[in-house]
Amino acid sequence: MTGVFFETGSLFSGPEPDPAGDAGHPDPPARVGFFTDTSVCIGCKACEVACKEWNAIPEDGLTLTGMSYDNTQGLGASTWRHVAFIEQSAPRQVPAESAAPDGRTHLPLAEEDPQRPAGDVRWLMSSDVCKHCTHAACLDVCPTGSLFRTEYGTVVVQEDICNGCGYCVPACPYGVIEQRKDDGRAFKCTMCYDRLGAGQEPACAKACPTDSIQFGPLDELRERAALRVDQLQEASVPEARLYGHDPEDGVGGDGAFFLLLDEPEVYGLPPDPVVTTRDLPAMWKHAGAAALSVAAGAVASFVLPALLRRKGRR
Amino acid sequence: MSGTTTGIQGKGHKGRRGKGEELMVPRAEFDSYYGRPVIKAPSWKDRDIAGYFFTGGLAGAGSVLAAGAQLTGRPTMAKALKISSLAAISLSTAALINDLGRPARFAHMLRVCKPTSPMSVGSWLLAGYGPMAGAAAASAVTGWLPRAGAAATGAAAVLGPAVTTYTAVLAADTAVPAWHGAHRELPYLFAASATAAASGMALVVSPTRETGPARCAAVLAAAADKAATAAAERRLGMVAETYRSGKAGKLMRCAQALTVAGAATAGLLGGRSRPAAVAGGLALLTGSALTRFGVFHAGMASAEDPKYTVQPQRERRRERAAETESRGRSHTHPHS
Ligand code: SF4
Ligand code: SF4
Repeated sequence: MTGVFFETGSLFSGPEPDPAGDAGHPDPPARVGFFTDTSVCIGCKACEVACKEWNAIPEDGLTLTGMSYDNTQGLGASTWRHVAFIEQSAPRQVPAESAAPDGRTHLPLAEEDPQRPAGDVRWLMSSDVCKHCTHAACLDVCPTGSLFRTEYGTVVVQEDICNGCGYCVPACPYGVIEQRKDDGRAFKCTMCYDRLGAGQEPACAKACPTDSIQFGPLDELRERAALRVDQLQEASVPEARLYGHDPEDGVGGDGAFFLLLDEPEVYGLPPDPVVTTRDLPAMWKHAGAAALSVAAGAVASFVLPALLRRKGRR
Repeated sequence: MSGTTTGIQGKGHKGRRGKGEELMVPRAEFDSYYGRPVIKAPSWKDRDIAGYFFTGGLAGAGSVLAAGAQLTGRPTMAKALKISSLAAISLSTAALINDLGRPARFAHMLRVCKPTSPMSVGSWLLAGYGPMAGAAAASAVTGWLPRAGAAATGAAAVLGPAVTTYTAVLAADTAVPAWHGAHRELPYLFAASATAAASGMALVVSPTRETGPARCAAVLAAAADKAATAAAERRLGMVAETYRSGKAGKLMRCAQALTVAGAATAGLLGGRSRPAAVAGGLALLTGSALTRFGVFHAGMASAEDPKYTVQPQRERRRERAAETESRGRSHTHPHS
């Protein structure tokens, strides 16, 4: 919480039913989140555009990447929603010499492959966003208190406090938050903190034409997601799975979780993320022991030669 | 579909946003999103942050040796180490501020005191240690207030060891695989490397008759450095590659060679020959600096290649699943 000099989280990892209350908000409203159902995403990028517009995020380069329809490449300081495009074909061996030259994407769709059964091609699309983790490493490590937990259980950067130390950047297990080069400060999705305050849903969820991005109280979303994944599996989509929904996972569950149609790493997501501060007590313990070893080593270094000399003199 | 090389995944591509770094992602049997990194590498510059690790270590361990030298009647070594600690900690603070995206806001570090943030803990540590190191050096140089100087020397020696090892926690408390994976071993490596640097400095600046303890510390530090590096690599499994190959590999190999050579020279010849002591000391100092740069670049390499994030996590998930399954089986068939 801002304004409080000493900050401690009561828990480093594990299930945490009330992150906002834990952060010191008295009587917080229900925790809200995103459920992104990638099975209905059509890759229109309305969310990316709505996010940019509403939050007045600067333009971050116009590049043709060769990564299918993905020209924003990933989440960053100026991309708070990112739509991933994955073109999949049947598994097959690619001979080494036909592999793409470095820096260019190999596009198997354009190639004739007699061995591939016709129609065995699919496109995965997924709109990625900050996960607003239950145990957010970015928030834990921020030395200025610039990152804070809102009353809605989300994680937000205060731009006027951030001193650009950049610690949050490698701390995030999802690679979400980033410093803006010309500015130095860190930026990421706020889950439209300003809109939440006005009783509005975030711009991306509002703009999504297929309801792939659903916003609401997290408990409700988790129930809805469980139903949806069952429905898909019954409709013979066995690869449908939820990602980030489980309060028992390494970050205590995500405030923004997903329904995916393949392994998380295919979408650029870590398969088993862990909040790094989970291991902080062990780290401090070892650092303490190592510090003692410096002192002990020094004492030994002053005592040993003296002893040896005395022995030599005798 | 996963686990196999499918379509455009699985074949790493050259890092597209590779911030000027030469990054070759080897073709591997794992899925990734166009070979892009999963986590974001820190934007920290090696000169600032690895440099900071080195100078912080030199200062902290130097304060400990300075106190020992003062207690055992080695005035030249004590005074010189106090000066070097002050210089090193000033440099490291400057490097830290220089690395901020908003240097003018460096004071925001002391807005809060957050035990969950090693950087916050470190800022307070520096705020306590810096003035003590300064007072110790000032008193040693001017000869004023010897009592206060001795007290400051003692305080700096108490805080010094923490200054040398907290930086290991600073690095390890991130999602960077080569750092976080070695979070148990890194503090010992930093402690050893700091002691090597400080004993190297002591060898360079002190007359031969005062360097006995420095020579002993150098040998201990070199042995500990080797042991900690080996332990870290064992723990890291496939991620240990990042310490052995590329830029980090080169730095680590040079660092180890210099540290061992420096300790051997100092230990065997440093007691008789002043030039040998100086050469050994310089090798130890350089070796320690290179170790920090090596650790830094291993971390960067491990962050920039998705395989170091994905493969250990997949492994962990597989093990957990196997464990749950075997536990489930032993529940249903307790006697089978
Ligand atoms: S996904 Fe990353 S940036 Fe978002 S809350 Fe979690 S740790 Fe912080
Ligand atoms: S860059 Fe800003 S938000 Fe990130 S940890 Fe540093 S002060 Fe906090």
